[in-house]
Amino acid sequence: MLKKLKHLWHMVRRLTGDDAYEVYLKHHAEFHQSSPDAPPPLSRKEFFKIWQDSQWKDIKRCC
Amino acid sequence: MNKYIRMLIWVAVALLGAFAISGIALNRGESINALWLITAAVCVYAIAYRFYAAWIAAKVLVIDETRATPAERLNNGRDFIPTNKWVVFGHHFAAIAGPGPLVGPTLAAQFGYLPGTLWILIGAVLGGAVQDMVTLFISTRRDGRSLGQMARDEIGAIGGTAALVGTFLIMIILIAVLGLVVVNAMKHSPWATSTVAATIPIAMIVGVYMRNIRPGRVLEATTLGVVLLLFSVFAGGWIDHHETLRTYFDHDGLPLAFAIIVYGFAAAVLPVWLLLAPRDYLSTFVKLGTIALLAIAIVILRPDIHMPALTQFTDGTGPIFGGKLFPFVFITIACGAISGFHALISSGTTPKLLSNERDIRMIGYGAMLLESFVAIMAMIAATVLEPGIFFAINSPAGVVGKEAVDAVAKINSWGFAVTVEQMSQLAKDMGESSLFARTGGAPSLAVGMASIFGSAFGKGMLALWYHFAIMFEAIFILTTLDAGTRVGRFMLQDMLGNFNKKLGETSYMPSVILTSAVVVAGWGYFLYIGVIDPNGGVNILWPLFGIANQMLAAIALCVATGVLVKSGKLKYAWVTGLPLFWLVIITTTAAYEKICSDDIRVGFFAAANDLSAKLSAGVLPPEKAAVAPQLIFNQHLDAYLTLFFVVVLWVVLLDMLRLCVRYLAGKPVLAISEAPHEVTQLENTWVRD
Repeated sequence: MLKKLKHLWHMVRRLTGDDAYEVYLKHHAEFHQSSPDAPPPLSRKEFFKIWQDSQWKDIKRCC
Repeated sequence: MNKYIRMLIWVAVALLGAFAISGIALNRGESINALWLITAAVCVYAIAYRFYAAWIAAKVLVIDETRATPAERLNNGRDFIPTNKWVVFGHHFAAIAGPGPLVGPTLAAQFGYLPGTLWILIGAVLGGAVQDMVTLFISTRRDGRSLGQMARDEIGAIGGTAALVGTFLIMIILIAVLGLVVVNAMKHSPWATSTVAATIPIAMIVGVYMRNIRPGRVLEATTLGVVLLLFSVFAGGWIDHHETLRTYFDHDGLPLAFAIIVYGFAAAVLPVWLLLAPRDYLSTFVKLGTIALLAIAIVILRPDIHMPALTQFTDGTGPIFGGKLFPFVFITIACGAISGFHALISSGTTPKLLSNERDIRMIGYGAMLLESFVAIMAMIAATVLEPGIFFAINSPAGVVGKEAVDAVAKINSWGFAVTVEQMSQLAKDMGESSLFARTGGAPSLAVGMASIFGSAFGKGMLALWYHFAIMFEAIFILTTLDAGTRVGRFMLQDMLGNFNKKLGETSYMPSVILTSAVVVAGWGYFLYIGVIDPNGGVNILWPLFGIANQMLAAIALCVATGVLVKSGKLKYAWVTGLPLFWLVIITTTAAYEKICSDDIRVGFFAAANDLSAKLSAGVLPPEKAAVAPQLIFNQHLDAYLTLFFVVVLWVVLLDMLRLCVRYLAGKPVLAISEAPHEVTQLENTWVRD
């Protein structure tokens, strides 16, 4: 039961973008940290700025 | 053994569905329970999803689970991200389900509950859901490209341009008609106006919270916002009861329309984080929550439907909009049955998130079924009202007369019982000064929802429920308005960029202001005309929107059919060809009637000629004579716009047929632009979360 609730909470966070920064950090660690002089990941505030702007480039809402 | 039990269950579902449908179709008694509609809908959806959608996925599209999706191949951690299917489903549903499925069925209820309900069910399972699913599939196989790009790649430059121009125009008309719905809901209602106005500062508070106070904490900020929104519904009640405060929010349609125009411009120019993004979070939460609440309330309450199955207005004399059952029920209900706009979501954002092709059925087909269910609930909320009340709220003053006594007499003469006392008591219960001629669908939906919620969760708070429902509709209509204006601005900047590089830059301020102003002026014009029109404007704008939306759906189905034929699947081309054929028939017939009909309530030219004859004869009262020239010009403009839509539709259709004939004759055609097959690694290396 607790596991299911946890999973649901995880889904809600993913759906709303609440965990977007954590996802980004994971992606960054996985794909962009291969060389030691790679740039460090963005701060939470910087990332959120870029992420939010990128959400509204396409048609996202409909009739 | 197990197999037989499953088979038996499906046979039972089929029988129950058939029983429920024949029940609602053959019932001619006084009233019928809403549960019949719910049962019919759920059974039809279940059968369609289990059998038809699965068959399309397996045989027509040949879904390949081993194939890597664009999200995997092009993963960039931003827009291309392999995502859990329920999360994609949530995003996709939140994107497609707007105010359309609520407004369309409410207006179409003037024909009775039966025609709209049948079209919502049949249209969704054979048309809308197929369109969404096939478009999602085609776009997934093409790196998540947009409908316009795919039309260009697969059919040719004409198709591509048509899709682009069609999308832009549809946006303009959609925003205008939605703006009109909000204006009509706020007209002379201090409670509704103050609540809707409060959503703007609330969204800004949420935006600042997410951006600066606690960056990225979306859920905290949204919770705060939803609490503030609920509080604003209460506060609206206090304002309404305050002698002086209420005068600040008590306005005619025109000032409210200008306020919305100014707001739309500001929302398009301001950065997204301040207004658009936070408003969208709030509206998505409120929308999903309210829809769920409505479903629960209908199941608990099982209200009776009081509207007859068919009314006499199937002959085209309906007060809400003119025109016969065929083709206008199919034009009025676009969203909920088949909506071309969905093709823009199914190609674009959603395919970039799919982690496996096997999710296409659930997301493409399933999400549309859920939207169709929302449309069924809107139909129920409209038809649980006594028909007399329904027509009193929705009939424009231009049809039934300005005075309550005249309106009631007219509605009684149609055979629907309603009294002036009944209407003023209802208005008092809902906390409004009057509910006569509140066109646009939002007030009558709110009355229906308030009476359902009130009966299910406590009757004492009808006025609160009513204004909650108005706030619910207004907040996501305004989100569509903001988002649509911004997308229109991007599209315009994209087009202008072909002529002048600087104008194409989305951050170049003069270009931002210029293009935003052009888009806002476009819909602002139609909104203005709609407000000054004594017949309410919705009766003109909504059919225009329906025709445009169905035209876009036809373009999407043309692309889909062309791709099926070019993939050597001619024998399955009817899957998209059949809904396409139907759309071409209804759109062409509707456009023909809107242009050529002699009935002044249907034909644009007939209405314009009638009005100019009356104007020159001097029989119009002075306030009507003052706006007549603008209305005449607008009727002409609407006629040419309709003509343009139907010409575009036929050009794309003929272009697609030419392509198919060439392909079948073995002549060279544009090559299939599918991305090459790559085997997915996701299932091996990474368990989907």
